[in-house]
Amino acid sequence: MKRGSTMIQGNDGQPMLRVEDVHISFGVLKALNGVSLEIPQGGILAIIGPNGAGKTTLINVINGVYHPSQGHIFFEGQDVTARPPQHIAALGIARTFQNVALFKGMTVLDNIMVGRNLIMRSNFLSQGIYWGLAQKEEIRHREIVERVIDWLEIEHIRKTPAGMLPYGLQKRVELGRALAADPRLLLLDEPMAGMNLEEKEDIVRFILDANEELGTTIALVEHDMGVVMDISDRLVVLEFGEKIAEGPPEEIRNNAKVIKAYLGTARQK
Amino acid sequence: MTFAIEVAIGGLLVGIMYSLVALGFALIYKSSGIFNFAQGDMTLFSALALVGALTFLPLWLAILAVLVTMIGLAIAIEVLVLRPLVARPPLTLFMATIGLGFLLEGIGQAIWGTDPKGLDIGISDIPFKVRGLMISQLDLLGAVLSGGLFLGLVWFFQKSRTGRALRAVSDDHEAALSVGIPLGKAWVITWAISGVVALVAGVMWGTRLGVQFSLSLIALKALPVLILGGIDSIPGAIIAGLVVGASENLAEVFLGPYVGGGIQTFFPYLLALLVLWFKPYGMFGREIIERV
Repeated sequence: MKRGSTMIQGNDGQPMLRVEDVHISFGVLKALNGVSLEIPQGGILAIIGPNGAGKTTLINVINGVYHPSQGHIFFEGQDVTARPPQHIAALGIARTFQNVALFKGMTVLDNIMVGRNLIMRSNFLSQGIYWGLAQKEEIRHREIVERVIDWLEIEHIRKTPAGMLPYGLQKRVELGRALAADPRLLLLDEPMAGMNLEEKEDIVRFILDANEELGTTIALVEHDMGVVMDISDRLVVLEFGEKIAEGPPEEIRNNAKVIKAYLGTARQK
Repeated sequence: MTFAIEVAIGGLLVGIMYSLVALGFALIYKSSGIFNFAQGDMTLFSALALVGALTFLPLWLAILAVLVTMIGLAIAIEVLVLRPLVARPPLTLFMATIGLGFLLEGIGQAIWGTDPKGLDIGISDIPFKVRGLMISQLDLLGAVLSGGLFLGLVWFFQKSRTGRALRAVSDDHEAALSVGIPLGKAWVITWAISGVVALVAGVMWGTRLGVQFSLSLIALKALPVLILGGIDSIPGAIIAGLVVGASENLAEVFLGPYVGGGIQTFFPYLLALLVLWFKPYGMFGREIIERV
């Protein structure tokens, strides 16, 4: 599973996403206090930190769920600060949620088809007028979705309502829904939380495949240090809403500040 | 026996009209979690608008004009009511729909006056005989219309991309946004569809009872139907409407005489109560199972 540093920089060396001095508070709590970071093109970036460090908040800010009170976010050089989530999604940023936000009453197939929603161009009206065209488009996208299903090895549950699946499979379906949109940047919020070893290994394989075969840039929040050190090219460490370290895994592993803030407390457990 | 079948069929045909009203409720509840108290007033408003439009337009143009009006209404509701109240508790939105109901009633009265009006769409309400059974022509038209509407809606929600997006919105707003579904557009579409359903209900009820302000109270008839069928289920609304229509008619005719009659008005509620005992989410409602 161990990977060398195969970070593929874009031609112009421009990062895919740049977070610049972002601040956000909830009441008196400063959830993010001047955080800046870059997500390089084509790599896997891990965002780590103790509970309450602001990792999920950061994902929510990038994804447009929260809008920063100060600071900017640039996606491929374009200022996307304070855009609503559906616009962010349209730009090619997909995400998963910490507590799995699937459409529980819909089948796995429908869930992943909805993920494909943005790419399907025919709109409400033309669906009525050029019914045949919309139908053809539906079939084409259905093929792609079936490939995603195939790839994630969830064929046997395609017609099962998502809400009835065990947690590990729900996480996998959610990953499928995000990937169906052909995102250029994929934000994963604790993709392995609550999984057993076998499920974790599967998800790691899918994440690496998405990164290597599909060329999707990935930013993930994860607590499993072993996995994080193994798969990511670069790590960003947050504590109390501030970035305390950034660098490749070997460097972070030996960073005194990080050990004190994060790994240190983990070892005491 | 023939008489019993006649009673049942009569009830079923009335039940279709209940289904139509319940359908409007279910559509909105399904996609936005709002119990739309203004559904009855939307029905009244569309019927009034149709009567108004018929004074200077031929029937098909008048229907088209009202269709456009109902779609315009849906857009106005999204911009003026839903958008400012986004992410508020469901009760706030429920209160807003009560206000919306009064507003629609007021606007209707201001434009078209308060007198009861007849609505004539050129189909007689005189029953005809089929194999010795008396069937009303108007009810039959209602049945065909609602059947078509129902099949169309089921196809739309289950198979089309927009329908799938609407189901996604009703399931999880945040997740829907994250995959790029615009909530505002989804709401406009749902309210427009329920406006169209209101129009069909308005036409059917209006031709039968005349267009008057008590028409907005047919919403009350839809309540037991909704409870019975499950508030978020489209097939539930249809089937429960039929069950309520047939059973209340049968109960009135066959049980009524023993208890002094007049049980038609409360029988549906009794039935709904019974169903709630055994199926708290209704016959077809989505059961909410949570891990603890």
